[in-house]
Amino acid sequence: MNRKLFFVIPLIAFVALAAFLLRGLSLKPSEIPSPLIGKPAPPFERPKLAAAGESLSNKDMLGQVWILNVWASWCMPCREEHPVWNEFARKKQVPLVGLNYKDEDQNATRWLRDLGNPYTVSIADKDGRVGIDFGVYGVPETFVIDRTGVIRFKHIGAMTPSVLEKKIMPLVQELNRS
Amino acid sequence: MRRARKALLALMLVLAAGVAGADEAVPTLQDPVAAKREVELAAQLRCLVCQNQSIAESHAGLAQDLRNQLREQIAAGKTNAQIIDYMTARYGDFVLYNPPFKATTILLWLGPALLLVAGVFLASRMLRARRDASARALSPQDHERAEQLLSGAGKSNKP
Repeated sequence: MNRKLFFVIPLIAFVALAAFLLRGLSLKPSEIPSPLIGKPAPPFERPKLAAAGESLSNKDMLGQVWILNVWASWCMPCREEHPVWNEFARKKQVPLVGLNYKDEDQNATRWLRDLGNPYTVSIADKDGRVGIDFGVYGVPETFVIDRTGVIRFKHIGAMTPSVLEKKIMPLVQELNRS
Repeated sequence: MRRARKALLALMLVLAAGVAGADEAVPTLQDPVAAKREVELAAQLRCLVCQNQSIAESHAGLAQDLRNQLREQIAAGKTNAQIIDYMTARYGDFVLYNPPFKATTILLWLGPALLLVAGVFLASRMLRARRDASARALSPQDHERAEQLLSGAGKSNKP
């Protein structure tokens, strides 16, 4: 066999392996792509937080672009992202629905009283069923849902001003136009 | 004294083993067949919070909720395929420890076989090349020269 190949093949193999490993450095294994993107949001109906007897269902949100933020008073990264949502709410662009995931009403209302309430409305998902239907595995998570009730975007982990400005707001504006 | 210390260590290890195994999927269904199915399914599903544990092994809250889901759906008479569909519809194929065979996973499934075939091919070519080289026949002149060298007569060739 050609002697040159003897040196070239391991070199190519090494470069290919290095390229894969380099790519691996920038991947986040904790962010699992959701199969729900581009699919209708799962139906839900849950009681509103701190509003006895009232409830909200996915049908109530049809016809408008809205954001669903999964949060809980026991969740530390939620505390981290909370100021971002408070700032977002001041601009009053689209409704922000809070899904209060596996929480106690008392703790949740105290959290909103102490840290501010950016949510148009929060609903209580005590058994986490709605969370499972949305494929929630780490709180906080954020979904952008279009007028027809289809999930268009999902962000896993604490919301940052940069994700909000560069990804979510352009998408919301685009969905609002169409 | 030393023996007492050993005994204490052994006791601690035994107790630690008990703690480590404490929260693992405890079948709560009365029907042993259903309970077995629950444990089998739970072992096939990845806990997305801890990723390297199945939902049978994980202590995470989500894993417990998903085990409850398994239990309820088995009790409701769902088939294993229906339950797996329920999970993948929400969490994607990543939730499965056994990835399905389809276009996006073809390299994953066939990669090792391809590497094996390529390795066998390369090895056989190299071995054949080596055999050809060693089997090359010596010419009469080569034999003559070899004999000269061995008998010491080769020295006379030197100037």
